[in-house]
Amino acid sequence: FLLLPSPLSQPLSPQAAMTKLAQWLCGLALLGSAWAALALAPPELQPPTPLRQALLPLPVYLLVAFGCYSLATVGYRLATFNDCEEAAAELQEHIRAARADLRRRGLRL
Amino acid sequence: MAARGPGRVSVLLPTYNERDNLPLVVWLLARTFSDSGTDFEIIIIDDGSPDGTQEVAQQLEKIYGSDKILLRPRARKLGLGTAYIHGMKFATGDFIVIMDADLSHHPKFIPEFIRKQKEGNFDIVSGTRYKGNGGVYGWDLKRKLISRGANFLTQVLLRPGASDLTGSFRLYRKEVLEKLMEKCVSKGYVFQMEMIVRARQLGFTIGEVPISFVDRVYGESKLGGNEIVSFLKGLLTLFATT
Repeated sequence: FLLLPSPLSQPLSPQAAMTKLAQWLCGLALLGSAWAALALAPPELQPPTPLRQALLPLPVYLLVAFGCYSLATVGYRLATFNDCEEAAAELQEHIRAARADLRRRGLRL
Repeated sequence: MAARGPGRVSVLLPTYNERDNLPLVVWLLARTFSDSGTDFEIIIIDDGSPDGTQEVAQQLEKIYGSDKILLRPRARKLGLGTAYIHGMKFATGDFIVIMDADLSHHPKFIPEFIRKQKEGNFDIVSGTRYKGNGGVYGWDLKRKLISRGANFLTQVLLRPGASDLTGSFRLYRKEVLEKLMEKCVSKGYVFQMEMIVRARQLGFTIGEVPISFVDRVYGESKLGGNEIVSFLKGLLTLFATT
């Protein structure tokens, strides 16, 4: 019976040399500087007014949106968290059977 | 070729004061494996339990045979990670199952783990309480909320590619577990999380099987403020270092 070659025999490149923290900081720095460049540009280079009006509060909007998403997601997952009634009942049965059988086999509980 | 059959499963059972649950878990494991025709061994790593766990373990060894029940105790409570490392030294299986010895994990899922592993040739198969028909029994709303909230935070921060990071009912290829144990340093819940995160970093594949987690038939289980704080600390450490 031949086992397939294990991944350890061919070293794979690590998924990302960057830590998650570093990825977040990079991402935030990129988005942050893009936002700052547009939102805080000197008068001559400013984008048209409607765009500017939407742009300035964007970080706060995104934060609030993320907050709402988080609450909704956790709430949904909490509500749909399965209760394993049958598993608990089955376990009790199995425990009874186990104890009886183990006693037969000589276990002194 | 090895004298043993293909696909032997070694079950690592670290125990501390599990005198009541241990025989039941072993009976369920033995029954499950014999029903599915899987070769197995159970390695019991007891950390010097004062309640007589080791005496019960010795009786089980007599009943099932010392080729099936391997007692490898330690002198005192030394922690889960080192218990796995210690137990693995004696494992002769191709696959290693880690699970809780307190009946919160039911051995009936192990054949499903094995099936899943074959299906995708996965390096790790992780039992998940959060997907499919996985779930829990015996948790109140508060506990469930904390669990889901913590898991959400973990998903956002670590993007781990597995739905249940703090779960401890898993099947590993032996070489994979050995490799991961070298790299993991955390304790408690965070240790289980770190295993998955490091596994992904090393390019290992992870499959998932929904499981039911039946909380604590005997004994007590507390999720206090301390545990939450240490979970958060561990999560942030993983966030910053992986």
